[in-house]
Amino acid sequence: MNSEPRPAVRISGLVKRYGDKTAVDGLDLEIPAGAVTAVLGPNGAGKTTTIETCEGYRRPDRGTVRVLGLDPVADAARLRPRIGVMLQSGGIYSGARADEMLRHMAKLHAHPLDVGALIERLGLGSCGRTTYRRLSGGQQQRLALAMAVVGRPELVFLDEPTAGLDPQARRSTWDLVRELRADGVSTVLTTHFMDEAEELADEVAVIDAGRIVAQGSPEALCRGGAENTLRFTGRPGLDLGSLLKALPDGTEAAELSTGAYRITGGIDPQLLATVTSWCAQHGVMPSGISVERHTLEDVFLELTGKELRA
Amino acid sequence: MSAGTYTPRPGAAPLPRMIAAQTALETRMLLRNGEQLLLTVVIPTLLLVLFSSVDIVDTGAGEAVDFLAPGVLALAVMSTAFTGQAIATGFERRYGVLKRLGASPLPRWALMTAKTLSVLVTEVLQVVLLTVIAFALGWSPHGNPLSVLLLLVLGTAAFSGLGLLMAGTLKAEATLAAANLVFLLLLVGGGVIVPLEKFPDAVQSVLGLLPVAALSDGLRDVLQHGAGMPWGDLGILAVWTVLGLGAAARFFRWE
Repeated sequence: MNSEPRPAVRISGLVKRYGDKTAVDGLDLEIPAGAVTAVLGPNGAGKTTTIETCEGYRRPDRGTVRVLGLDPVADAARLRPRIGVMLQSGGIYSGARADEMLRHMAKLHAHPLDVGALIERLGLGSCGRTTYRRLSGGQQQRLALAMAVVGRPELVFLDEPTAGLDPQARRSTWDLVRELRADGVSTVLTTHFMDEAEELADEVAVIDAGRIVAQGSPEALCRGGAENTLRFTGRPGLDLGSLLKALPDGTEAAELSTGAYRITGGIDPQLLATVTSWCAQHGVMPSGISVERHTLEDVFLELTGKELRA
Repeated sequence: MSAGTYTPRPGAAPLPRMIAAQTALETRMLLRNGEQLLLTVVIPTLLLVLFSSVDIVDTGAGEAVDFLAPGVLALAVMSTAFTGQAIATGFERRYGVLKRLGASPLPRWALMTAKTLSVLVTEVLQVVLLTVIAFALGWSPHGNPLSVLLLLVLGTAAFSGLGLLMAGTLKAEATLAAANLVFLLLLVGGGVIVPLEKFPDAVQSVLGLLPVAALSDGLRDVLQHGAGMPWGDLGILAVWTVLGLGAAARFFRWE
């Protein structure tokens, strides 16, 4: 996914202040092209400010932002046709019908998607003549999503695209994002939902207090830094010194209570195999083997000291 | 939808197509909105019919409709270019419509052009409707249509500037209240249905400087009295236009 020569977004040293409040504080971020990147962070971390700077709504106080190689403010006229935007809320005439608004957005583009097919795809066909203000929250969200993709953009920015959606609608939105990726569209989304980032993202950027505190694939983030745990029970009084010799440096082992063992460190399939074969060599039948891998949620908590949805 | 459906193929539509689409959408939104129709169609029509047929206000010598029709035309322009546009734009700003369109291929100037065109389309509909009704009530207009057109256009520009200034600086609810209040005050004190001569002299000279007073006075000079170019009134409207559009351009906030 990172084989594209130029990143979709390149941000360096971005600072954005509102009055005496610093929303973004020296943020560096590269977002790969052709991939799905999730920007994760607690409320007020600077997610929306960062995204809106990429969309050309905010002028950086310091630092540079390049989107598809362009300056979002100075090159706005060239950039806007190439990006799709879904705001966190609103953006649609309260008196407009779903198909009317989508057809209008399509008319602003040179080669839009088939509006009828997109309406069916997102389950908006049932909206009929209902105006925007009377649509359900989920329908409003899906319409905003449809408006972001109808112009066949290279890059879409989705600000909390599944907030307030029921599980089925969330899944349908995820499917659409995967289809976008399969067709070569770059996607940047902000989210509060860990499972969304884990399920969907090729790349996760964790943002806190206006800075990137970690970035990588969800797997790499869960592996790196965070300690994982392997537990099993067996005969009491095993020679853990002998076991540790067989395991990578930095791994720790302890008998917590009689016959209950805990191994902490980088738990991967190789380590699990080493432990079970060591047990086999020593005539130990381990039972109740369990592996506790850290989720992105734990990683997030460790990095920011905050719950994601406070 | 099959594989390759979303393969990027970005591009802006040609400008004329974008502006035409935006104008059509803005006009539909306006005509679909009940409160807007009340303001732009129902109230001017009712006032014209009611005050022409029932002798409530002393409109001076001659047929009441000859006095009222120009005033109601001025009122129609104000209701669309000022009150309606201010309220609609205020709520579009509040609900992020202006913001979202700002990220679309439609340039901001093209959005404002479309808004202006939509106001003009609505005004044409209003003028046609009110003219037909006025004729049915026995209206006999005079004067040069070109002077009338110039007054209507300059009046539209002046009211648009003031409406956008309000929409772009106040909260949507404040705009709603203020725009309606101004509409009501100008309806009564702007020489629309009540002749300015009914007010004390000192008040009169101040009220005469109001944009709606200048517009209705100018239209009356031409349509009722067959005057040439009402330069004084055009001058007042021109000053309001420069002030209104200038301040709107300077202070308008898109979010």
